[in-house]
Amino acid sequence: MELYAILKIVWAALLGVLFIGLGTMVGMDMGVGTLLRFVGRNDGERRTALNIIGPHWDGNQVWFILGGGAIFAAFPTLYGTSFSAFYVVMITLLFSMILRPVAFEYRSKADSRLWRAGWDWVFLVSGFVPMFIYGAAFGNVLEGVGYHFGWTGQYYQDESFLSYLLNPFAILCGLMSVGLSVYQGGAMLMLRADDPIWSRARRYAMGGGLVAAILSVIGGIWVQFLPGFVMTAPVNPAMPANPLHGQSVAVVAGGWMHNFHAHPALWLLPLVGLGCMLLGVGMLARGHTVVSWWLGLGAWVGTIMTVGCAMFPFLMPSSTTPDQSLTVWNSTASEYGLGCMLVVAGIFVPIILSYTSWCYYVMRGKVHTADVVNDTHSY
Amino acid sequence: MEFINPDVVDLSRFQFALTALYHFMFVPLTLGLTFMLAAMETVYVVTGRQIYRDMAQFWGKLFGINFAIGVATGITMEFEFGTNWSMYSHFFGDMFGTPLAIEGLMAFFMESTFVGLMFFGWDRLSKQAHLAITYLVALGSNLSALWILIANAGMNMPEGAHFDPETMRMQFESFVDLVFNPDAQAKFVHTSVAGYVSAAMFVMGISAFYLLRGQHRQFAARSFRMAALFGIISTVAVITLGDVLGRLDYEKQPTKIAAIEGLWHTSNPPFEPWIVAALPDDAKQENRYEIGVRLVLTPLITHTFDQPITGMHELEEEAGPRIRSGIDAVAALRRYGVTHSSMDLAQFTAHEQDMGYGLLATRHAPGQDITAIPADQIDDVVRATQPDILPNVFVTFWSFRLMVFLSLWFFALFAISAYLSLKRRLERSRLLLKLCMWSIPLPILATEFGWITAEAGRQPWTVFGWLPTFLSASSHGVSYMVFSLIGFVLLYSVFIAAELYLMFKFARLGPEHDSMEPHAPAASRASAFDMRPMAS
Repeated sequence: MELYAILKIVWAALLGVLFIGLGTMVGMDMGVGTLLRFVGRNDGERRTALNIIGPHWDGNQVWFILGGGAIFAAFPTLYGTSFSAFYVVMITLLFSMILRPVAFEYRSKADSRLWRAGWDWVFLVSGFVPMFIYGAAFGNVLEGVGYHFGWTGQYYQDESFLSYLLNPFAILCGLMSVGLSVYQGGAMLMLRADDPIWSRARRYAMGGGLVAAILSVIGGIWVQFLPGFVMTAPVNPAMPANPLHGQSVAVVAGGWMHNFHAHPALWLLPLVGLGCMLLGVGMLARGHTVVSWWLGLGAWVGTIMTVGCAMFPFLMPSSTTPDQSLTVWNSTASEYGLGCMLVVAGIFVPIILSYTSWCYYVMRGKVHTADVVNDTHSY
Repeated sequence: MEFINPDVVDLSRFQFALTALYHFMFVPLTLGLTFMLAAMETVYVVTGRQIYRDMAQFWGKLFGINFAIGVATGITMEFEFGTNWSMYSHFFGDMFGTPLAIEGLMAFFMESTFVGLMFFGWDRLSKQAHLAITYLVALGSNLSALWILIANAGMNMPEGAHFDPETMRMQFESFVDLVFNPDAQAKFVHTSVAGYVSAAMFVMGISAFYLLRGQHRQFAARSFRMAALFGIISTVAVITLGDVLGRLDYEKQPTKIAAIEGLWHTSNPPFEPWIVAALPDDAKQENRYEIGVRLVLTPLITHTFDQPITGMHELEEEAGPRIRSGIDAVAALRRYGVTHSSMDLAQFTAHEQDMGYGLLATRHAPGQDITAIPADQIDDVVRATQPDILPNVFVTFWSFRLMVFLSLWFFALFAISAYLSLKRRLERSRLLLKLCMWSIPLPILATEFGWITAEAGRQPWTVFGWLPTFLSASSHGVSYMVFSLIGFVLLYSVFIAAELYLMFKFARLGPEHDSMEPHAPAASRASAFDMRPMAS
C-alpha cells in the first residue's frame, strides 16, 4: 500500500483516539458540571466537587481544542464542511462550552448567593449541552448530512438545520453520551470526595452507566435498519484529497453493517463497550471506584471504535450527493501535511501524557470541604 | 451556479472581527503577566523575601480573572474557521491547520495543564518546583502566540505551500518555510512584547492606584518599579519590531503599506512626506486635509533614501494584466476539473500565479461566472475589478496611526515613571500616578489597532494573492448569522461585565497577605463557607 494511504488510515485511527480522549476527559469534567447541583446541596459541598476537577479541567479541555485542531490539520475539508453544516448546533455547543472556563474561575470569587447559584446553573448547561451535542453529532453523521460541493470546492447545504436538530436517532446518541459523561464524572467525584458527595455521586453514576448501556443496545438495533453508505466501485486510497470526483457511493438499508458482515471479529468492539458499561455499574455498586473509572474509558473505546469501524472509510456521508461523501480517502490533508503532523504528534503526545499524569499525581488524595473553603486559591 | 451572498460575507467578517478583537482584549495581559509573575516569583525564590511571594499571588489572582475569558474566547476563534469560513478551511487548511494543531500540542496543553498547578500547587510543591511551573505557564502562553502568528503569517505572506489543481487547494510543502516565514518571526515578537507592554501598564496603573491612596506602599512601590522597567524595555522592542514589519510589508504586501501611509501615488524619494494626519477618501481615491513631515517616509519604510514606494493608483494599474491572466487561469482550471486533459493543465500552469486575481473578478463577471465571460466584456470586468485589490484606506491609515501615537505615549510614560521610581520621587508626582492609572486600557487598545491595521490591510484576501475574502466564507443564510451574532453579543457582554466587576473588586481589596503592613484591612472572604442548603 502506498505511504499516503497508510498515513490516511493512521490519522483516521488517531482521530478515533482523540474522540475517545475527549469523551473520557472532557466528558468527566462535564459530568461533574452536570451533577454539580445534585451532588452538592450546600455551597461547601459544591465547592468541594468543583475543586476535585479544579486543577485539571483546563488541561482536559485541551482535548477538545486539540480534537478541533487535529481535524483542521489532518482533515481540513471535513473540518470546514462539518462545522458549517451543523452551524446552529456547533454555535450552541460553542456558547455552552465557553461559559465553563468563566464559571470555574468566577463562581467562588464573589460571595453573593445569587451570583453563585447563577454560575451553578451555568455548570449544568455547560456540562449537559456539549456532551449531548457531541453524541448527537455522531448520530447525525450516521444518518448522512445533506450537502454538496461546487466546482471550486465550496460547500453548499441542502437541508434545514431542523432536520438534524430534531432527529430521534441523534437524540438517542446524545443522551447516551450524556449518560457516559455522568458516569465518568460521578466516578471521579467518588475517587476524590467523602460522604455525602460520595454516595450521591455513586447513585447518579450508576444511573448514567445504565442509561448509556440501555441506549447503546437500542441504538445498535436501530442501526440495523438505518440507511447506510457503501462504496459501489473500488476507490484508490491514495487518491488526491478532493471530494469532487473519484468515488461512487450508494445508500443501502442496513449499509452500516457491511464492515461487520465482512469482518465478524469487529463484533467484539460493541461487546467491549457494552460490557464495560455493565461491569462498571456493578463495580460502582461495590465501591471499586478506580476500576469503574477505567471501565468508563473502556466504554468510550468500545463505542467510538464501533461507530468508526461501521462507517469506515466514511467520515461524513452526504445524503443528497452520496458520491461527494467525505471519506478517509478524499478529505485528508496532503501526504506532506499528514507526515509532518504525525512526527509532531509522536514527539508531543508522550510528553503531554507524562506531565498530565504527573499533575494528577501531585494533586492526588481526597478533597475535604473544610480545606477548600479555607484555601484562598481554590475555586 | 450558486451565488455568493455579500451580506453573509460581511456578517461573517463582522462576527470574526468582533470575536477576534474581543479575544485580544484578554490575550495581551496573559502573555505579559505570566512573565511578570515568573519574575516576581524568581525574586522570591532567590531572596526568600515574603513580599515577592505576596506580589506573585496577588497579581496571579488578577491574572486568573483575565485568563479565564482569554481561554474561553480563544475557543471561538478556532471554531469560526470551520463554522464560518469553510471554503477558506478547505482551500488553506492543509497548511493553516498544522500550526493550529501544533499550538494545541506544544503550547496550549502545557499552559492549561500547568496553570492548574500554578493556582492550586502553592502548598503541594517545593518553591523551586512551583517556580518552574510558573515559567512553563509563561512559556506555554508565549509559544501559543508563536504558533498562532505563524498561522496568521501564512495568510498574510503565504510561504511553504503551492496551489494544486488536483485537489483544488493550497498544498503544504515546506514546514521550514512555514515556521521561518519572516513575517511570523517579526509578528510574534511584536505581538508578544505588545502583551508585555499591556501587562506592565496594568501592574503599574494598579500600583499607582495604591500609591495615590497611600495603601500597600511597599508592595505597590516594588510592583510599580518592576513594571516601569519591564514596560520601557518592552515598548522599545515593540517599536523596533514594528519597524521591521513595515519593511516586510513594503516588500511583500505593497497594497497594505500604501494604504497604511495613505499613498495614492508612487512616492518621490527622498522628499516624500510622512503623512501625520489626513482624511483619506476611499471613493474619490485621494486624501483631504493632509498634514505631513517631509523627508521622513522614504527612510522610515524602505530604510534607504532612494527607493520609491509604489502608490495605490500604480498598484491598480499593475493589477490589470494579472486580473486578465487570472481569468484565463480560472477558466482553464474549471475545464481541467472536467476533462483532466494535459492541454488544460498546461494552460492553467501558464497563468497559475495570477489565479487569485482571476477569482477576485468573480463578483464582476456576468452571473458571477468568470469561466464564461463574453470576449467583449472582459475589459469591463478587469476595469471593474482593479479597485478591488485595495484595502479600505481610511481604516488602515487611521488604525495604524492611532497605534503609533499610543505607543509613543507609552514610551514617554514608562520612561518618566521608571526615572521617578528609581529616584524614589514617585509619591509626590500625583499627576503622573493618575496618568498611569488612566492609561491601563490604552496598550490593549493599541494592540487592537495593530490587529486592525494588519488584517484590514490584508484585504481583499484571506490568503494574500490567492483566495479572496468574499469567496472564503461558508454559504450560510442571513438568519444563521443573526442567530450567532445575537448570541455572541449577549454572551460576551455578560463576560465583560463579570470580569470588570471581579477585576475592580479584587484590585480594590488589594493583596490579602501584605507582610509589610500587618494591620492592613484584611481582604474579607470570611463568608465563603456557607452551610445553608442552596435552592436546587
